[in-house]
Amino acid sequence: MRSCREIIDSAQEQQIKISQVVLNDQAEKMNKNQDELIKRMTDHFLVMKDSAARGLTGDWHSQSGLAGGDASKMEKFRKKGKTIIGDSLNKAVARAVAVAEVNAGMGRIVAAPTAGSCGVLPAVFLTVQEVTGVTEEEVVRAMFTAAGLGMVIAERATVSGAEGGCQAEIGSASAMAAGAAVELAGGSPEQIGHAAAMALKSFLGLVCDPVAGLVEVPCIKRNAMAAVIAMTAAEMALAGVRSAIPVDEVIDAMASIGKQIPCALKETAMGGLAATPAGKRIKETYLAE
Amino acid sequence: MAESSVFDLLGPVMVGPSSSHTAGAVRLGLMARKILGEQVQKAGIVLHGSFAETGKGHGTHLALTAGILGMQPDDEGIRRALQIAREKQLEVKFEKGDLGETHPNTAKICLTGLNGKRIEMTGSSIGGGMIVIREINQFPVEFNGEYPAIVSVYADYPGMIAEITAVLAKASINIAKMKVSREGRGKRALTVIETDDIVPIEVLGKIRKLAKVEEVIFIEPMN
Repeated sequence: MRSCREIIDSAQEQQIKISQVVLNDQAEKMNKNQDELIKRMTDHFLVMKDSAARGLTGDWHSQSGLAGGDASKMEKFRKKGKTIIGDSLNKAVARAVAVAEVNAGMGRIVAAPTAGSCGVLPAVFLTVQEVTGVTEEEVVRAMFTAAGLGMVIAERATVSGAEGGCQAEIGSASAMAAGAAVELAGGSPEQIGHAAAMALKSFLGLVCDPVAGLVEVPCIKRNAMAAVIAMTAAEMALAGVRSAIPVDEVIDAMASIGKQIPCALKETAMGGLAATPAGKRIKETYLAE
Repeated sequence: MAESSVFDLLGPVMVGPSSSHTAGAVRLGLMARKILGEQVQKAGIVLHGSFAETGKGHGTHLALTAGILGMQPDDEGIRRALQIAREKQLEVKFEKGDLGETHPNTAKICLTGLNGKRIEMTGSSIGGGMIVIREINQFPVEFNGEYPAIVSVYADYPGMIAEITAVLAKASINIAKMKVSREGRGKRALTVIETDDIVPIEVLGKIRKLAKVEEVIFIEPMN
């Protein structure tokens, strides 16, 4: 999985979906049959679905007491009928926050690609499934498209916040989700590339600056924003909007920016939001316990 | 990232909030428990670097305890691990400490078993839930739990390694990696042999029976 270009070309030549290209490749490399891989991915989808549902209803609070309760606020607000972003986006936001809150509250999630960015893919998959009416199996297959894009990112750049900043975690999750959403909505392999590129471009330069070093502030809310950007990028690509910079080059730019981000802004909690007066106060309160 | 698979990007299934501070910490606890090889009665844990600084908010202390109790990284009982430990009369103590020039997410785990056996293990959680074991009973080692591993302690003398590997060769067990260290010439030595296949009990028995072998521990790979 060296480049998105190869994957897109391969899908076009064989006239198959990107998910099938990735599935073929992985079945061969892992020496497993495809049904087995689909079964394992289905299990992961069920954990995602479960974490989104539990996050909306249950009482999830983190060890620090900083996080929890925001997903259900979104749900309550939507039910009042006063949403300004529409039901679908509101639900995507609620689901992304829900899963991230379950993660912060030590519940079971699927790292996608990391634990800190675990809310984006479930939010987009479940919302697009609801909107388009695709089957569960189609969603599970689209997860291979997301994973394929993620593998290229991991190979050419990184998905670790400590190595590349938040752009590498939440930006990758958003790009993976955007591509998968296009496939679910019936878009072309070429459009998947444009969606992933547009989503990732929106996060270039984003630093990893967690308050008190915890996967809570700003991580949980960034999951919501990344889900919305993924859906927006997918919508734009489906409408025929193209990224002027090809997706592989956007990934390379992300890698290069990641190297230039100083260490204080790569998961060390020494700069950015972590170093604000409020961020420091939270850390002190929390450490004083 | 070298040669990733789809399940590295969409996975693992784990309990949050952090793959390195939580999932990896559970696996360190599990590994220490496996090395002890009997029911744990007492655990003393030294937290180093980021484990010491941000461990509490990440539930690192819960995750390490959960591993020592035998829970897997996706077990939602992890957040109740300290309570479960009390119920099982497992005594767990934490302290912050400096373990030297090592990975920021490192812990030293000292376990005492029900029959009085004592082990000390130092390991690091290096990201994505992956771990590296760096020291067992003060012997430097290096393995990650991905392969089956045989840890043998014996008196250092010429030909000892050949004797152990001969037993494995006879059983057609391929050695993937190997690391040898010793207290000094002619003193106690420790070898970690990682193999491609699970080593049957009979084969381990044969190694145990070799003259000068003090102890043999077999560690099954982690999933």
